[in-house]
Amino acid sequence: MYADLISFFTTNWLGMAIVMLAQCLAVTVPLLVSVAYMTYVDRKVWASIQLRRGPNVVGPFGLLQPFADGLKLVLKETIVPSSANGVLFIIAPMIAFMTALVAWAVVPFDDGWVIADINVGILYLFAISSLGVYGIIIAGWASNSKYAFLGALRSAAQMVSYEVSIGFVLITVLLCVGSLNLSHVVLAQSGWFWNWFWLPLLPMFVIFFISALAETNRTPFDLPMSEAELVAGFHTEYSAMTFGLFFLGEYANMILLSALGAVLFLGGWHSPIPYAPFTLVPGVVWFALKIAFLLFIFSWTKGTLPRYRYDQLMRLGWKVFLPVSLGWVVLTAAVLTFGGWLPKP
Amino acid sequence: MILQALAFYVFAAITVAAAAMVVVSRNPVYSVLFLILAFFNAAGLFLLIGAEFIAMILVIVYVGAVAVLFLFVVMMLDINLTELREGFLAYFPVGALIGAVLFAELLLGVGILGAGSATITGLNAHGAQVMAIDNTRAIGRVLYTQYFYLFQVAGLVLLVAMIGAIVLTLRSRPGVRRQKAGEQINRTKEQSITVVKVPTRGGV
Repeated sequence: MYADLISFFTTNWLGMAIVMLAQCLAVTVPLLVSVAYMTYVDRKVWASIQLRRGPNVVGPFGLLQPFADGLKLVLKETIVPSSANGVLFIIAPMIAFMTALVAWAVVPFDDGWVIADINVGILYLFAISSLGVYGIIIAGWASNSKYAFLGALRSAAQMVSYEVSIGFVLITVLLCVGSLNLSHVVLAQSGWFWNWFWLPLLPMFVIFFISALAETNRTPFDLPMSEAELVAGFHTEYSAMTFGLFFLGEYANMILLSALGAVLFLGGWHSPIPYAPFTLVPGVVWFALKIAFLLFIFSWTKGTLPRYRYDQLMRLGWKVFLPVSLGWVVLTAAVLTFGGWLPKP
Repeated sequence: MILQALAFYVFAAITVAAAAMVVVSRNPVYSVLFLILAFFNAAGLFLLIGAEFIAMILVIVYVGAVAVLFLFVVMMLDINLTELREGFLAYFPVGALIGAVLFAELLLGVGILGAGSATITGLNAHGAQVMAIDNTRAIGRVLYTQYFYLFQVAGLVLLVAMIGAIVLTLRSRPGVRRQKAGEQINRTKEQSITVVKVPTRGGV
């Protein structure tokens, strides 16, 4: 009986399709719930920073607030401006949301808990994150509005600039690992928490985090939607669920980059202390805690820092991060080669 | 195997159709978007033959960087669509000729590949040697050992092209006050403000 079932799910194409669908749901549903509660936590953190209470009316402690907001967005009318390009106007938020979701296919949640354990996992994530810009740039153009267009241009320039330094950060990490597979990246960081890459590669961790802020268009780099100058930037003309998809996509992207930070620098599913009471906690819990920690820093920066000016943003990306990360790549390669620590293939 | 063949024909059909739409679509923005679709499906074709590294690099470099800049330029241009279509018939024979030459060369290449000439068997020998490891590693090993100098020369060519582009677009505008972040940050209170006690009715 069991043998039949196992052979059905491992050899029959229908069974394999069912397993694949179940895996996708097992990642997507918790992700969407986390996105919903991330909006709630975000507002609570800012409220605490500003000595307010934050959402506290809908449900106990305001816990049902994200669902009330979601329901509101679903029930409102989707307005397509008459001079907008209808097809692209609708496709743009879909692209923005989809790119934030498909990247999760290669993220390892625990030892062996990954949908697609591919050899080029880091490159796949990098490729998908470079696609996120299309949702924004198409939205800006299709809206046929000057604010949306300016916001889209700013966003595209910003994301392309900061991708360069993220690329160099990835190269440093994979020099230390010797593999492009994300599970191997985590396995290379086993042991005590000072074995994780955040300590040996501390400058790169800082650069990665700041570039992640810029990639996700968060404060202090939220120029694409700086309300004082551009109304709401690229999603000025969007309403209801088309806006909702941009909003969810932004938060899903934040969680994705936090997960990437946890995998690359904070030891993924490993517990900080490799001994009994800590190792009994499932790896996926440690992974979630690390993501939550990075997300808290996202909210903290948003509540604390003022917005950068555009030329300062470009200066930081091209004149500070690019030379520093490039130099650090060369330094890491030199240390690994001459110290004899180069990972064995 | 059937699934793979099906995937191949889907990717191939979409690539060809998207490439055709790049040429015939009226709006240049649509052309760029169809070009991106074509890139994507080409990446899918690479994945099918097991060249995952090249597929990812295709998406990162062409879709993630080159096509974004195309889209930037095309969106910012104020393009007159009717004017753009006027030269179509005049340029058509030239385009068709170039296309025919490229197609013939491709066929020739495939023919040589089928016949198994010296260069191809050489490549296959390489392939047999490196098949045990994944193809990212295989490309790295060949690129940084056997073809090291060619690789470096390619890098130098790109560097020269980059410097050329910068030199061509660099303008020296007199009278522009530049932002100097170092000076701005190092400014102290003493340098920038003076506190003056103004006597009542006396003025400064």
